Amino acid sequence: MIEIEHLTRRYGPRAVVNDVSLTVQRSEIVALVGTSGSGKTTLLRMINRLVEPSSGRVRIAGTDTATLPPHQLRRRIGYAIQGHGLFPHRSVAQNIATVPRLLGWDRARIDARVDELLDLFQLPPEEFRDRRPQELSGGQQQRVGVARALAARPELLLMDEPFGALDPVIRAQAQQDLRRIQRELGTTLLLVTHDMTEAMFLAHRIAVMDDGRLLQCAPARDILTRPASPLVQALAGEQARPFHLLSLSQVADLAQPGTAEGPPLAPETSLRDALAQCLWSGRDALPVAGGGVVTLAALRQAASGETGRTGAGASVKAGVPSPPASPPAPQ
Amino acid sequence: MSAAPRISRQGLLFALIGLAGLALPLVQLRPNRIVPGEPLSLPASLGWPGWALAVPLAAALLALLPARLPPWAGLALGLTGALLSVLALGWAATALIAPDAPLARVSPAAGFWLLLLAFALAAADALARLAPPVAWRWGLLLGTVLAGAAILSSGVLGDISVMREYQSRHDVFWREAGRHLLLAFGSLGLALATGLPLGVLVHQVPRLRGAVLGALNAVQTVPSLAMFGIMIPLFGWIAATVPGAAAAGVAGIGAFPALVALFLYSLLPVVSNMAVGLASVPPPVAEAAAGLGMTRAQRLWRVELPLALPVVLAAVRIVLVQNIGLTVIAGLIGGGGFGAFVFQGLNQTAMDLVLLGALPTIALALVAGVALGLLTAQAGGAPLERTAPA
Repeated sequence: MIEIEHLTRRYGPRAVVNDVSLTVQRSEIVALVGTSGSGKTTLLRMINRLVEPSSGRVRIAGTDTATLPPHQLRRRIGYAIQGHGLFPHRSVAQNIATVPRLLGWDRARIDARVDELLDLFQLPPEEFRDRRPQELSGGQQQRVGVARALAARPELLLMDEPFGALDPVIRAQAQQDLRRIQRELGTTLLLVTHDMTEAMFLAHRIAVMDDGRLLQCAPARDILTRPASPLVQALAGEQARPFHLLSLSQVADLAQPGTAEGPPLAPETSLRDALAQCLWSGRDALPVAGGGVVTLAALRQAASGETGRTGAGASVKAGVPSPPASPPAPQ
Repeated sequence: MSAAPRISRQGLLFALIGLAGLALPLVQLRPNRIVPGEPLSLPASLGWPGWALAVPLAAALLALLPARLPPWAGLALGLTGALLSVLALGWAATALIAPDAPLARVSPAAGFWLLLLAFALAAADALARLAPPVAWRWGLLLGTVLAGAAILSSGVLGDISVMREYQSRHDVFWREAGRHLLLAFGSLGLALATGLPLGVLVHQVPRLRGAVLGALNAVQTVPSLAMFGIMIPLFGWIAATVPGAAAAGVAGIGAFPALVALFLYSLLPVVSNMAVGLASVPPPVAEAAAGLGMTRAQRLWRVELPLALPVVLAAVRIVLVQNIGLTVIAGLIGGGGFGAFVFQGLNQTAMDLVLLGALPTIALALVAGVALGLLTAQAGGAPLERTAPA
C-alpha cells in the first residue's frame, strides 16, 4: 500500500504538485492522467525520490520513504519510462539483471530470474539473452524495459508513459501483456499516461490531475458518469465518453435472451467492439457465443451511462480484454 | 552521361599522379649534402633494370583505372606499388653512389614522393571501400609497420641520404626518439590524469563549464612558438627564485617547459570531450540508471563513462596526433625530440637532416592516428568512414 500525504513540490513560487493526497491499495493499478505540465510525472518521480518533495510524505507499506537513502529506496521500486532507457552497452540479460546485481544476488539466482522474466515477456531466452538493445524492435525494447523494472520483484512499479513510443498495434499488445503480467504478479502499479483510452483499459482507478492538483481519483465509470468538475469531464474526453463507457463492459454483461443471425461474438468482446459490429453489418442484434443476443438498443442505453448492471471498480476492470485485432484507438 | 563510367574517377586521379611521378626525376644526385644536385629519372639512374621497374609500376597504375576493380585488388596494387617504389629508390641510390665519392648524396625527389602518394592513396581508398573488420585493420597496420621496419633494417635504403644522416647519428636518433615519445605520451598522460576528472566535474557542476572551457580555449589560441616563448622566462624565473624548483626539474629551457606547454594544449580537447561525452548519454538512459537505484558513483562508472568512452578516445586521438607534431617545436627550446634534427637541419640548410626529423614524426603520427581510430571503433564509437562506391 502506498500512502501519499499532502505531497507538494515547488519550483520557486510555483507549485508543480500542490498538496496531493492519494492512497493506492496493494495490487491496484492507478493511472495518473492530465495534460502536459499537470504535475503527474513530477508526482510519480517524487515517489522514488528522483524529485525530492518540498513538503508532504510518502509511505510504502508503512515505511516513510524519506527515511531511506534514495538509491536503496529505488531498488525496491520498479521504474519504467518512455523510450525504455535501456543501457546500449549492455546485453538484454545484463540490462534485466541491473537491480538484482545492485542488490548483490548471486549469479545463479540472477540468471534464473532473467530467463524467467524473458519467458514471462515471451522473449525466448536463448534468442534474446545476449542481444544488444539496439538489435531489438521497439516493442521488444519496451518489454525488456518493463522486465528490467520487475527484475527484483518490486512490490511497486512506477511507469511513466511506458508505451508512448510504440505504434498503436504494438501498444495494444503491450497493454494487454502488462495487464496479464500485473495480474500474475500482483504488483501495485502507478502509471502516468496522457492517453485516456489506455488509462480506461488498464487502471482500476484513474487519478485526474490539472495544474498540480488532484481533481478526482475514481474508477473509470465514475470519472465518466460522475465527474467531480467540468474540468474532469473535459479531460476525460467528452466526445469519446460513450465509447469509453462501452469499452468498460463486455457483451456477457449485456446479453439478453433471444436469437440473431450471423457469427456469434465471444462473451468477453467489449461493448465498443459489439457496437462497431452492429454499425458495420447494419444489424440491430448480434448473437453471443453460448446463448443470448446483444441488441443495439441495449448498447445505446449502455453508452449513455444509464446501465446499472455492472458495479464500478476492480471487478469490472479485471474482465475486459480487448482483442488484438481491434486495439483501443489512439487519441 | 547516364551510362555508368567505366573508368573510376579516383583511379584516374591516382594513375595521373603516379604517372607524373614516373615522368619526373626519382632521385637527386649531389656531390655532397649541401650543394644542389642533378635530378635523375628511374631509368636514368638504374639503366635497363630501371625500365624493368618502370614498366610494371606504370602497369600497376593503369590497372587502378577500371571502375569495376575489386577493392581487394586495389589494396594489393597500392601496397605492392608502394613497396616497389621504395625498393626502386633504394636500388637507384645504391647504383648511383660511386665507392670513390663517399660524400655524394642521393635523396628522393619529386617523382618518388608522387609515386608513393599515388599508391598510398590507392591503398587507402581501397581499404575504405573494403571496410574490413577491425581485427583485419589491426593486422594490416601491424603488417605495414613491420614491413617498414624490415625494409629500413635490411639496408636496401642504406644509400639514401636520410639513412646516411641516420647512420652518422643513430645513437642520438634513438635518444631523441625516446625523448619525442616521452614528451608526446607524457603530456597526454598528464592531460588525461587531470583533464578527465576536470571534464567529469564540468559536466556535474554546469556552473563551472563556461569558466573552465573558456580558460582552456584561451590557452588553445596561443600560438605554439609564443607558448614556448612564454615558458622560457616564466619557468626560468621560477627555477631561479623558488627554492628547490630547479632541483625538481623546473627550468626555462629543455624538456620541462615543453612538457608543460604540450600538457596545456592537450587539456582543452580532453576536458571538453569528456564533458561532451557525458552530456551525450541519452537522457532516458541516465534517468533509468538513477531510477533503478544506482548511486551517483555507480551511474558514472557503469553507465556514463562507458557510453562516453568513444568520445574520450576521439579526444585521445586528437591530442596524441597533435602532440606528436607539436613536440617538433619543442626542439627549438632544447626540449629534444625529432625537432632537434629539424632545426639543426634548417640551420645547416641540410634538407636530409630535416627529413630525418620530419619523416619519423609523420610516421609516428600516422600510426598513432590509425591505431586510436581502431580503438575508437572497437569501443563502439563512430563507424569507420566509408566512401560511396565509385
